[in-house]
Amino acid sequence: MNGVTRVLRQLGAMTINGVWRLGFATRFLLMILWYSGQSFRRLHLTIREIYFSGVLSLLIILVSGLFVGLVLGLQGYETLQRYGSSDALGVLVALSLVRELGPVVAGLLFASRAGSAVTAEIGLMKTTEQLKAMDMMAVNPIARVVAPRFWGGVLSMPLLAAMFSAMGVFGGWLIGVVFIGVDDGAFWSQMQAAVDFRNDVLNGVIKSVVFGVAVSLIAVFEGYDCVPTAEGVSRAITRTVVSSALAILALDFVLTSFMFRGQ
Amino acid sequence: MSAEALLVRMRDVRFAYGEREVLRGIDLTVRRGQVVAIMGGSGCGKTTLLRLIGGQIRASSGRVEVDGRDVGEMGADALYAMRRRMGMLFQFGALFTDMSVFDNVAFPLREHTDLPASLVRDLVLMKLQAVGLRGAATLMPAELSGGMARRVALARAVALDPMLVLYDEPFAGLDPISLGIIGQLIRRLNDALGASTIMVTHDVHESLEIVDYVYFVSEGRIVAQGTPDEIRASSDPFVHQFVHAEADGPVPFHYPAAPMASLLEGGGA
Repeated sequence: MNGVTRVLRQLGAMTINGVWRLGFATRFLLMILWYSGQSFRRLHLTIREIYFSGVLSLLIILVSGLFVGLVLGLQGYETLQRYGSSDALGVLVALSLVRELGPVVAGLLFASRAGSAVTAEIGLMKTTEQLKAMDMMAVNPIARVVAPRFWGGVLSMPLLAAMFSAMGVFGGWLIGVVFIGVDDGAFWSQMQAAVDFRNDVLNGVIKSVVFGVAVSLIAVFEGYDCVPTAEGVSRAITRTVVSSALAILALDFVLTSFMFRGQ
Repeated sequence: MSAEALLVRMRDVRFAYGEREVLRGIDLTVRRGQVVAIMGGSGCGKTTLLRLIGGQIRASSGRVEVDGRDVGEMGADALYAMRRRMGMLFQFGALFTDMSVFDNVAFPLREHTDLPASLVRDLVLMKLQAVGLRGAATLMPAELSGGMARRVALARAVALDPMLVLYDEPFAGLDPISLGIIGQLIRRLNDALGASTIMVTHDVHESLEIVDYVYFVSEGRIVAQGTPDEIRASSDPFVHQFVHAEADGPVPFHYPAAPMASLLEGGGA
């Protein structure tokens, strides 16, 4: 009986803690939005964060995009040619990328590369009392440190996803047209005909914006909320990567179910 | 003593972290121009006192007044307005690690004033000159020794010529030379700026050289107070133990436990 009570208690404590953190994160997001005006007035802070989160993630995003495109090209051709539809390779590669793989894989890479770095930076600033020092100098750390990093991530994410998709399409073309010999004209013309700007490209962009908000919020929140010790920072970084990955995949399902219903 | 002469006044201040009561009725005053030390063992509530004065936490009961205003009743704007007239030196400096020494000292000036860059530059170099580190302006915090980092943080704390400077363990972890330098700087800057200083420390000898008044805190209460001369001559057992660094006395050496004899007789821990 004691064992059951203990398990129930633990379950209750975990639920309360989860709800509490969710509430705190929501309040935190509102505070970020409230203080965003202040941080946008000093645009150089946000531009600096776009550089750190966006520009410095470019290499991993482009290289990964290329490889994903190469694999899509190979796998797609392998399947399509069985049905004599290898000319549709461009459509398959482009739709896979702009609808799903671009936002999702770029989001996962962004969370591991930039999200973890943001959590580590804010967490270490907290551990070394830099945030407290800022607050004691009458400078709001949410306006000065958190909001620019949040917006840096939100603005970078759709651009990175777009570059990931572009590089992937290039990879698919490279393998399909250059190496395998799919017709170049068919590859591009079928892609142009089948990929719809509003239904496919725009929905992909919406996904990447939502993922950008989710990953950036998780990253700044975990950093700001971490236990100010070396172990606390390392746990916060792990939580950022794990929670971001789960959030991206869950949100992707929800968004896909609204956007693409097979109509 | 007239109310205008007092910069900080705490009256019957109590504070608890959850169930644990840290401060149990503190009465303390700091006059304008004074350098005051708050001393006591680790975990006695000294740093909590500083956080109450800076408005980082609020007292459970009692009143904390700075420049005649109750800190506990200030809203966010009033609190930030007060902090603009306050400087604080954190235990390990808390320098911004992504900025150079120059930018660290310039930070409060750039955030709170619209001074032209040339004037900010002159002011920063003057502050760095005062702490003897003008030549280190281009270095990054990671390139500084502990003592140098503390001096840069000191320059940053006084960048806006504050009315009150708070120091949290300014001597912790410093070599004897750096310790003497920081001590003298604290006194000199206080007098040059016409500010008041509150210093939380457990470094008795260095502090008694530079302060005007000392409060001893133990278990959340002020147990002794006086000028450095009064403290040196004090026969109070707590002050005596603290000043002479004796292992046992009113502050016990042993954590509470059952007598050793009962353990040896097989009575358990």
